Amino acid sequence: MGRVRPLHHAARRLLLLFPRPRAFSSAAAAAPSREPLHVCVVGSGPAGFYTADKMLKGHEGAQVDIIDRLPTPFGLVRSGVAPDHPETKIVVNQFSRVAANDRCQFYGNVTLGRDVSLSELRKTYDVVVLAYGAESDRSLGIPGEDLRGIHSAREFVWWYNGHPDMCNLAPDLQSTDSAVVLGQGNVALDVARILLRCTSELAATDIADYALDALRGSTIKKVYLVGRRGPVQAACTAKELREILGLKNVHVFIKEADLVTLPADEEEIRNSRIKRRVYELLSKAAIAHKGKNNNGQKELHFVFFRRPTRFLPSEDGVTVGAVQLEKTCLKDDGVAGRQVAVGTGEFEDLKCGLVLKSIGYKSLPVEGLPFDKYRGIVPNLKGRVLSSESENATVEPGLYVVGWLKRGPTGIVATNLHCAEETVASILEDDKKGLFMGPSDSKKQGRRGLLEILEQKNIRFVPFDGWEKIDSKEKMAGELKNKPREKITTWNEILMASN
Amino acid sequence: MGPSNLCTNGPQGPQNHGPRVASRLHGSASATAATPDFSFSSSPAVVEGRRAAAPATGHRKGSGVVVLGSEVGCGDVVQDLAARGAASAREQSCREFGKQYNQLLSRSTQPTFCPNATTSSDRDDGSQSKEKISVTFVNKDGTEQTISVPVGMSILEAAHENDIELEGACEGSLACSTCHVIVMDVNYYNKLEDPTDEENDMLDLAFGLTETSRLGCQVIAKPELDGMRLALPAATRNFAVDGFVPKPH
Repeated sequence: MGRVRPLHHAARRLLLLFPRPRAFSSAAAAAPSREPLHVCVVGSGPAGFYTADKMLKGHEGAQVDIIDRLPTPFGLVRSGVAPDHPETKIVVNQFSRVAANDRCQFYGNVTLGRDVSLSELRKTYDVVVLAYGAESDRSLGIPGEDLRGIHSAREFVWWYNGHPDMCNLAPDLQSTDSAVVLGQGNVALDVARILLRCTSELAATDIADYALDALRGSTIKKVYLVGRRGPVQAACTAKELREILGLKNVHVFIKEADLVTLPADEEEIRNSRIKRRVYELLSKAAIAHKGKNNNGQKELHFVFFRRPTRFLPSEDGVTVGAVQLEKTCLKDDGVAGRQVAVGTGEFEDLKCGLVLKSIGYKSLPVEGLPFDKYRGIVPNLKGRVLSSESENATVEPGLYVVGWLKRGPTGIVATNLHCAEETVASILEDDKKGLFMGPSDSKKQGRRGLLEILEQKNIRFVPFDGWEKIDSKEKMAGELKNKPREKITTWNEILMASN
Repeated sequence: MGPSNLCTNGPQGPQNHGPRVASRLHGSASATAATPDFSFSSSPAVVEGRRAAAPATGHRKGSGVVVLGSEVGCGDVVQDLAARGAASAREQSCREFGKQYNQLLSRSTQPTFCPNATTSSDRDDGSQSKEKISVTFVNKDGTEQTISVPVGMSILEAAHENDIELEGACEGSLACSTCHVIVMDVNYYNKLEDPTDEENDMLDLAFGLTETSRLGCQVIAKPELDGMRLALPAATRNFAVDGFVPKPH
C-alpha cells in the first residue's frame, strides 16, 4: 500500500528557507564577553546533534565542532533506523540546519582514539561532549555463540542499512527456512520485519541494494521472536508491534497460554501504559490469527518464556542448526520489584539456520575515559563525566557525556533531546561558574587546534559539504531505481563521493 | 487528487498513519483550492507569492505548497512545476520542486501586485478561514506566550510560525513525540477528537506524559478551542539514572 508522502514535507522544507530568527532568553544572558567557548561533540547521531543544537542556542559564544568516525553524519538515523521508517529519518532536516549554523562545523572521517586522542581533544577544547553511542553488542556467553549464521542484530541492521563496516557481512538467507531472533525489543522487531516484509515494499526504501538482492533470494519463511519473559514484559513499543502484526502475508502465532497473566503481571500492566497497550495488541493478534489458515504465508512466531542456553551446530559442524531453549518462569527479583526469568530445567531445541541476537547494544570506552564496565556507560552526574563510579568520584573538568554512552542503549530519537538538554544545562551552569576560564596563557585553541592535529597526522576529514555531495549522489542514484536514495556502502566509494 | 500526487510514493512506511496526517493537513487546503477566485487580482501568482513569502501572517493551512500550487493554478511556471512534480514522484523531485518554486517566489515578489488582492481572496476563501483563535503556550520556564492561530492550522505549525520552542522532529508525520503538549484545562482537552491509535503509540513514548497530553501536530485549531492553554513538558528528569518510563495514562 503506497503511503501518501505528504506534500507537507516539501512545504516544511520550503518554509524553512525563510529565516525565522529565534529569540532565546538564555542565549541573550550568556553574551560573549570573551573568546568563543570551544566545544567539541564526538559523534553526530541524534545525541550529538541535539547537543550541538542546544549548545548553539544556549550560548551565543559557543563554537561547536562535531567529529564523527564516519564520513557521513546522523549516526543511527542513517545506519540504525529501519529503511521502511522514512518518517523517523525526517529529523535529519533539523540536524542539517544545525550543521548549517555559522558557529558549527562537521568533521567526518575523524576517529576518536585513533586519529585524535581524548587528551588531545581536552587540551584543544574548553568542552568535550562524548556522544559516540554504543557500537558493540552484549553477548550471551553461551556455548556455540561463534557458530556461522549467528549475528548480532546490530550487525544485521548495519548490513541492510549500508554501514560501510558491515557491507560485507553477507548473511546466508538461502540455506534455511527458519530464523531465530533472540530478544523482543524494537530492534528485534525491526530485523524480523525486514526478513518478513515483501521485497516489493522494501524496494521503495533506502535499503542497501545488496541487502535487497539477498532478501529477494531469501528462503526464510519462519521467524521466531524469542523472549525470556512474557508478553507483559516485552520490550517493544506499540508502534513497532502494531506494524509487524499488520504485515501483509504474514501469519502471526501467539500461544494463548502465554497470554495468561498473574497478579504481578497485572500490577505491571496497571503501572505502565505502554505495557498495557503492547499486551492488548498481542492479545488481539492472538485472537485475530486464531484458526486462520496460513495458506503459504510467511510465519511470525512469538516465543515467550524461553531463554537460549546453547547453540547447536548443523550437520556440517560449523553452521548453526538449532538453538537450545530453556523454559522459564517469572520470579520477583526481590530488589527492584521486577519480575525476572528463571530457568525451569526443561529444554527444547528450535531448529534454524540463522540467529540474530538482539539483546542490547554495548558502548566501548576510549583511552583515558572513566568507564563503568558493569553498566556499559560513562559514570556521570547529569552529563558531567565522573572520575569513577565510586561515591567519592570527582568531576572530570570540561568533559561531558550524552546519549547512549551516558544512559545506556535505550530510548528513541527524541529521548536524546531531553538527554542533551540535561547535559547542555550542566555545561552552561559550569560556564556561568567560570569553570572554563583558565589563565590567559592556557587559552584553548578550539577549531584551529583540531585542524592542526588533523593536518599533522595527515587525516583527510570530510566536511559537511562533503557529506552533501555524498547525499546528492545517493539521491541521484536512488532516483533511477525509484528509491529515496541508493546508499554508497564502501569506505572507498564514500570517501570518493565526498570530493 | 491533483496536487497531492506531486510527492506521493515516498518509501513504504507504516501505512496506517500517513493518510490521516495528510488528510488532516490537506483537507482544508483542497477545499480552498476547489474554489479559487482570482477575480480581484490581475496576477494571481504574485498574490500567492507574497503570501508565501510571509507565511506567518498569511492564512496558510496545512501544506504551503499544496495550497499555493493549486490556488495559483494558472501561472505557467507553476503549472510546469506541477507537471514535473506529478511526472516524477520522489523526494528528489519534491526538493527540485521546492527549489524551483522558491525561484518562482523570488521572481514573483515584484512590486506589481495589487494590495487589495490578498485581502479579497482571503475574504473569498470563506468566513471560516479568516477566523483565528487565541492559544497560550506555557513554556518550560513558566513564561507564557499567547498567539493567534488560524482555524484549521495545527498547533505544531502555529508554534513554529511564532517561534515557540516546540520541537517537531518528524515534521508532523506522526513518527515522533517531540511536539508533545499538555492541554492545561480538561474541558478543552475534551473538545478535541480522541487521539488515534497511532497518536497514542507516539504518546506512549512522550516525555512527561500526562492525562491531557496530545501531539501538537494532531491538534488542529477550531473555534471551540479559543482560549486554550498548552504547557510544554518540562525537562526535569535525571537521565543518568535510567531511560524514560512513561507514566500510566
